[in-house]
Amino acid sequence: MGIMGRMSTIFKAKVSKALDQAEDPRETLDYSYQRQLEQLQQVRRGVADVVTSKKRIELQSAKLDDQIKSWEQDAKDALAQNREDLAREALTRKQAAQQQLDGLHSQLTDLEQEQTKLVELEKKLSLKVESFRTQKEVVKAKYSAAEAQVKIGEATGGLSEEMADVGMAMQRAQDKTESMQARASAIDELLSSGTLDDPISSGDHLKDELNKMKATSSVDDELAKLKAAVPAGGAAS
Amino acid sequence: MIVRIMTEGQYELDGDQLESLKHADEELLVTVRNNDAEGFRSHLATALAVVRGGQPVHASVLKESELVLPAPDMTVREARRLFDEHQIL
Repeated sequence: MGIMGRMSTIFKAKVSKALDQAEDPRETLDYSYQRQLEQLQQVRRGVADVVTSKKRIELQSAKLDDQIKSWEQDAKDALAQNREDLAREALTRKQAAQQQLDGLHSQLTDLEQEQTKLVELEKKLSLKVESFRTQKEVVKAKYSAAEAQVKIGEATGGLSEEMADVGMAMQRAQDKTESMQARASAIDELLSSGTLDDPISSGDHLKDELNKMKATSSVDDELAKLKAAVPAGGAAS
Repeated sequence: MIVRIMTEGQYELDGDQLESLKHADEELLVTVRNNDAEGFRSHLATALAVVRGGQPVHASVLKESELVLPAPDMTVREARRLFDEHQIL
């Protein structure tokens, strides 16, 4: 069995749990349909939650952008007062936060795509639930209990597979928004206290070191640029 | 046979298409076991192309799939985690 068979096993496990076996499925059709409508409602709420979380992270990242800009202003002010040490500290903090914020921005783009997909999946699921409603009426009118068992078993299986697919996609989007919220909070903390000099490690020690080195040299560059642009405090007064 | 691409939909595949899918599928399993991110991406792309070559199943059809392909943007790490959770690697 390859990957596809294994994935199918995972789906089947979810589907069989969702399947209710009734003596005469015709009697439970309306109840099944009600439950599907409820699940569809849950999916809609879930999608709406992802949209809300994403908006919240966007707002947060815009706020962080502003804070980062204010650190640059602080650096300029410090230079004007001949406090190069303070200016360097402000720029270091700014750059570390900027790096994390760039990461957050790319995650947001990612989430945007997932959100679009979730909305599409939800639409497709609505169509399937509607299709189930039509089929159940046909089954109630035309089929014997034994025939209904087969027909409804298949339809319920197909529908709950769709639900499982949407459910897994939703879980993934929720996990992502959670990790992004954690990242945004870490940046916030970095900007306000400066105590987290390495808020989110890449998980690779060498890469972390290289990032740190790059950050230091770009702090030097930025400081040099600011110095050229800002007249020192002594000269100004 | 009906094959699902996660987050995308179902396709009806004929025998020839299934045959060409088999190889990519086996390779995919090897890449997951070896934690080979690049290989996983490329074999997944091959498998996706084969499945998308099938007949799309209309959204109103309610049928279970016999095979399920990971979502196009699934990473080898996510795949491993999923299989580990269900202890079927």
